[in-house]
Amino acid sequence: MDFGGINPVILIAGLMATSVPILLAALGEAVVERSGVLNLGVEGMMIIGALGGFVVAVHTGSPFMGFVGGAIAGAVLSMIFAALTQVFLANQVATGLALTLFGLGVSSLGGQGYNGIKPPATTGLLPDALAQIPVAGPILFGHDAVVYFSILMTAATWYVLKFTRIGLIIRAVGESHDAAHALGYKVNRIRLMCIMFGGAMAGIGGAYVSLVRVPQWVDGITAGAGWIALAIVVFASWKPWRVLAGAYLFGGISVLQLNLQAAGSAIPVEYLSMAPYVLTIIVLVIMSSGRRKAAVGAPASLGQNFHASR
Amino acid sequence: MIRLEKRPTPSRFWLYATPPVAVLLTMIVGGILFAVMGKNPVEVIRTIFWDPLFGEFAFYLRGQLLVKAGPLILIAIGLALGFRAGIWNIGAEGQYIMGAIIGASVGLAVFPTENRLIFPVMVLAGAFGGWAWAMIPAILKTRFNTNEILVSLMLVYVAQTILAKASTSFLKNPEGMGFPGSRNFSSYPAAQNGYLIEGLGLHWGGVAALVTAVLIYILLTRHIAGFQIRLAGQAPRAARFHGVNPTRLVVLCMGISGALAGLAGLFEVTGPAGQITIDFNTGYGFTAIIVAFLGRLNPLGIVLAGFLMALTYVGGEMASTNLGLPAAAVQVFQGMLLFFLLGVDVLTNYRFRLSGGAAVAGAK
Repeated sequence: MDFGGINPVILIAGLMATSVPILLAALGEAVVERSGVLNLGVEGMMIIGALGGFVVAVHTGSPFMGFVGGAIAGAVLSMIFAALTQVFLANQVATGLALTLFGLGVSSLGGQGYNGIKPPATTGLLPDALAQIPVAGPILFGHDAVVYFSILMTAATWYVLKFTRIGLIIRAVGESHDAAHALGYKVNRIRLMCIMFGGAMAGIGGAYVSLVRVPQWVDGITAGAGWIALAIVVFASWKPWRVLAGAYLFGGISVLQLNLQAAGSAIPVEYLSMAPYVLTIIVLVIMSSGRRKAAVGAPASLGQNFHASR
Repeated sequence: MIRLEKRPTPSRFWLYATPPVAVLLTMIVGGILFAVMGKNPVEVIRTIFWDPLFGEFAFYLRGQLLVKAGPLILIAIGLALGFRAGIWNIGAEGQYIMGAIIGASVGLAVFPTENRLIFPVMVLAGAFGGWAWAMIPAILKTRFNTNEILVSLMLVYVAQTILAKASTSFLKNPEGMGFPGSRNFSSYPAAQNGYLIEGLGLHWGGVAALVTAVLIYILLTRHIAGFQIRLAGQAPRAARFHGVNPTRLVVLCMGISGALAGLAGLFEVTGPAGQITIDFNTGYGFTAIIVAFLGRLNPLGIVLAGFLMALTYVGGEMASTNLGLPAAAVQVFQGMLLFFLLGVDVLTNYRFRLSGGAAVAGAK
């Protein structure tokens, strides 16, 4: 059952894996933005995670340690952002951009000598027999652990933000940092934690690119995935399940355009490869226009620094 | 305990002292980085910051300085205008590429014709290309309230695929034996952006950068539009009461920065780069963001910052050929500079106070 040379089962299974990096990074960023911080350095944290994960996995031979390494690398880089914006009260937009530029530079410096090496393979989590089941097998059981982790994290983020005390505090800090401060919460400390979480998630997402998606080390490996993740957070109105939907939509487009390229479609390759970026713009426009203004869902203190002067 | 205290008014001293302090800190930490990489830090720093100006090959490298500084200054001035008003055009790299493609297309369309009007028309086309590309996020912002940061950035990736298409199909040199890339402008005098003074590295791009710096400085300090830009950035509420039209401001700032980036792209592709190739763009659009902040978003400061950043490019190339320093190290160095700048900048608006418990109690 192929449509124009494309098998829908493989397409769905493929998009679930393709969207993992942007899904993880966007979930992390959603939490960061819910706490009132706009970190535009997602691309930088992702690529550092990609490098960190790759290096650790190659040296330890364990993909699991690779993902841990990616998370640590992303979190460490995000600490630079946290220090500058939360302690030195620097402009968040400018600092985020600096983080991306710096991350791209560090990754291309640190990645020298890792070109052409194959990382240890990340294998499927469940037994092969399950993945052999027609239709449901590849979609439900054929993935590696990180795919399931990403879905689990979506549920966890949603639950924590919506139903727990920690989630309430994070949202309070993001909606009105003065009120949260008056209640005795350490605004900057809570934001620092959220930024670190966002960095770790972006790092894992980046590690998934270099360990599973590509899998090798290339300069500029993330190719704008971090920016797409930022767009998805806006698209999703800062809600975790919508982040999942958005990420799968973009994963779907990416897989579809690759499949169309492979199937020798009449559409030129260049136009297909710009599709995910153009689609991001179109979706952003739809989300931000008309009745459903994206700004309505935005945390009220987003992008503003907090200084306890009183 | 050390704590931060907000200054009643921003410190004028730190406003000007921040960039030099940041450069110094970057040199120190960068030196440590180079030492970790197994290079002699003093030698590397000297190669980057001293040799291009006063070293053995300075007569040639000083010219290179202006070649690199020109596009950086041109783009950064445009960006700074928007940054001042709180309009974040991050996609200068895309506008730079589109300016180069549109401008070069005009020149290549009339290829063997020799006419002295060709180059000026190309310059206009280049500015138009960048302006049009910047108008996409500007109109989406004003019409649909779409985030201009994300849209302008996405358009960089779109511009890159168009560039790939241009250099492999519609602008490909028909006599290029199948290699990707357009005709080389150095063999087409009517469309070439040659050096005006040999050895100084001054081409029309450099002239445009310096003239623009002066014009934008006048705009910011003497013209009502400049006042409105500064007002919108510093006090958005006051700007609204003053009757500043935000739509006009977005279109103006994005338009100017796009046109300037497009100009930079055209001057680069007809001059130093020579032809449209798949990777003729070298990230000036992104480095210009650092230049804009390093120059304190002030056109005249940006001229100085542009030369400093050009120094790291030229010196970095020297260090990579002579000392084997990886090219990416310079990129890290530039990123670090922006970090320190943003960090030290806290002193402009805040001061550190050493305070014991008693002092705090007394103050309350």
